[in-house]
Amino acid sequence: MDFNGSDTLPGPRTEDQLPHTAEAAVKIVIVGGFGVGKTTMVGSVSEIRPLTTEETMTQAGIGVDDNFGSDSKTATTVAMDFGRISITEQLVLYLFGTPGQERFWFLWNGLFEGALGAVVLIDTRRLEVSFDVIGRLEERGVPFVVAVNSFPDAPRYPLAELRTALDLGEEIPIVECDVRRRASSRDVLMTLMTFLHSLATAGALR
Amino acid sequence: MSPPQRRRRRPAEQPPPPPAPPRASPRQGGKPERLFVVAGKDDGERAELDLVTLIVSSAEPPPAAAPEQTALLRLCTTPLSVAELSAYLNLPFSAMTVLLTDMLTAELVTARAPIVRRSVADRSLLEAVMHGLQRL
Ligand SMILES: Nc1nc2c(ncn2[C@@H]2O[C@H](COP(=O)(O)OP(=O)(O)OP(=O)(O)O)[C@@H](O)[C@H]2O)c(=O)[nH]1
Ligand SMILES: [Mg+2]
Repeated sequence: MDFNGSDTLPGPRTEDQLPHTAEAAVKIVIVGGFGVGKTTMVGSVSEIRPLTTEETMTQAGIGVDDNFGSDSKTATTVAMDFGRISITEQLVLYLFGTPGQERFWFLWNGLFEGALGAVVLIDTRRLEVSFDVIGRLEERGVPFVVAVNSFPDAPRYPLAELRTALDLGEEIPIVECDVRRRASSRDVLMTLMTFLHSLATAGALR
Repeated sequence: MSPPQRRRRRPAEQPPPPPAPPRASPRQGGKPERLFVVAGKDDGERAELDLVTLIVSSAEPPPAAAPEQTALLRLCTTPLSVAELSAYLNLPFSAMTVLLTDMLTAELVTARAPIVRRSVADRSLLEAVMHGLQRL
């Protein structure tokens, strides 16, 4: 890329700049299959226009150390959308929407490490797409809630049936949402936060 | 029609050791700490940078700065996350960490470490986030 025209380089609009007092950030990951509404959710709650960060992977590099000396020419670009919510003058929350396939996750060095938690967005027309994601989060010990993005033509299962199908314990929240609506997406995030708070309280009592 | 059925998984006995993220606590006011030790950059080692590490310029672009360094320094006059820098500069995340490692070493920028989840999450942090979301 040519950086010489840096006067015209895109950057945050003045009103999108963080205050100098911003000193720490936290992140939440929104994970789900293709077309389930990740980008829509990020966009509906973000204070900035959602941005995209990209990473390239070589075929040979999949699942391998990212310093892998690559001879391979088959590079695939994987994009991840994200947005931002200023919490206080000091604290910023970032939301990352990432594809469900775990083979992409290694690209984002530590995406799930240190994340407060995750939202698993599911589409009941393709429930099984989320099975692997949920399993990986369980294995990694990343706390998560499940949000059912209600598409009009999607089968509607009673929550109890969905809980059984997803084999989730009673403690894990499952909520319905329409991520096109800011209030609905906000409620999903609030559900995650309330869940995390209850885990922290239980942990403190132990 | 009944839905397909998943089988629950247990936390891995030994979860894959995470690449130790910067465990520094948020600064309690006062002077910025040096949070990143950048060692042996000749053999390709990189600073521990998270997607949400906040980067701030700490110097004017030196005359000899590479164009992308100058561009980055202009962007970071106010704090910006590594992810945002990657998006605005149109550089992959891995390329960003290489660029930033050099710039941290040269003390052109400082980094403000993210708050990472610990085994017992900090309830006051969670409450702050909840209050922030309520205002949305
Ligand atoms: N009816 C309905 N449509 C939705 C909802 N959420 C998203 N959509 C639509 O579904 C389509 C896909 O949404 P995206 O947000 O792009 O999904 P995504 O998960 O980011 O998709 P990929 O990044 O391609 O994997 C868009 O056309 C949205 O407008 C919803 O809650 N209800
Ligand atoms: Mg998307």
